[in-house]
Amino acid sequence: MIILKQADEIEKIRASSTIVAEILRELRERVKPGVTTLELNSLSEMLARKRMAKPAFRGYRGYPFALCTSVNSEVVHGMPSERVLLDGDIVSLDFGIYHKGYYGDAAITVPVGEVSSVARRLIQVTEQSLYEGIDGAVAGNRLGDISAAVQTHVEKNGFSVVRDFVGHGIGRSMHEDPQIPNYGVRGRGIELKSGMVLAIEPMVNEGTYRVRILDDGWTVVAEDGKLSAHFEHSIAITDNGPEILSRLA
Amino acid sequence: MAKRGMAKEEPIEVEGRVIEPLPNAMFRVELENGHRVLAHISGKMRMHFIKILPGDKVTVELSPYDLTRGRITYRTK
Repeated sequence: MIILKQADEIEKIRASSTIVAEILRELRERVKPGVTTLELNSLSEMLARKRMAKPAFRGYRGYPFALCTSVNSEVVHGMPSERVLLDGDIVSLDFGIYHKGYYGDAAITVPVGEVSSVARRLIQVTEQSLYEGIDGAVAGNRLGDISAAVQTHVEKNGFSVVRDFVGHGIGRSMHEDPQIPNYGVRGRGIELKSGMVLAIEPMVNEGTYRVRILDDGWTVVAEDGKLSAHFEHSIAITDNGPEILSRLA
Repeated sequence: MAKRGMAKEEPIEVEGRVIEPLPNAMFRVELENGHRVLAHISGKMRMHFIKILPGDKVTVELSPYDLTRGRITYRTK
């Protein structure tokens, strides 16, 4: 069931999402060769505490950390560890906040030091595909218009979109209906309505879109070991078009 | 945090030999592993009037949910 949100609820999701955006910005600046992903996790917890907000991921289905750090071929749900980030790595940071009854969720992929040109391009294309998807999130459009916009942009650039994981509605729960695949057909799917709040999150692989889950039960990796990037925004569909809630004011 | 999507379960492909024809274009097929399954002919094979006789070697797709029924997708010569 898709829950439509009133303006005051959207403001609360915006508040949570803005906290996420602020914390991601600080984390991004701390990504350097030599930093461990566990240090980034601790920092994210500290920054959340400073804002009296609760990290949303810790405890979600037993996930033990506040932050997801997915390095290189890791697609999503990488677990922070003693792993040291090296010059040339790419790391995606996925973070969520639960604050005053509402969730906010966003993700970015950050280059560590100097990265290869294909890594740089993968990051660019993934981020741009997120904005292409958001542009399709207009009341009256169909869900497939978001999905197809993401997929078209990604595949035009020679990369592939992960099928097994999807974006989602967000609000009083972190994962609400509808599911938002990053592949699809224009004009298909449910009709988008003003008041929907969605977390759109393209996961883009350099090589195959096939993924598998490691034995830790969380880490999702590209089956061929090539690079993967991930960007996510929480957005609201309003009468004036899509509005990005996890954007820095 | 990404949500796990509906995983698309892919059919399992196995080889088998037709044992007996049954009504409604169904066949009893014995698989390489010795199991016997009830299999129907894929629509594409029907359209091209590919006949299947007892003793033919065929490729069968099994659904991971019901391993007792299958779908014949190819008749090997």
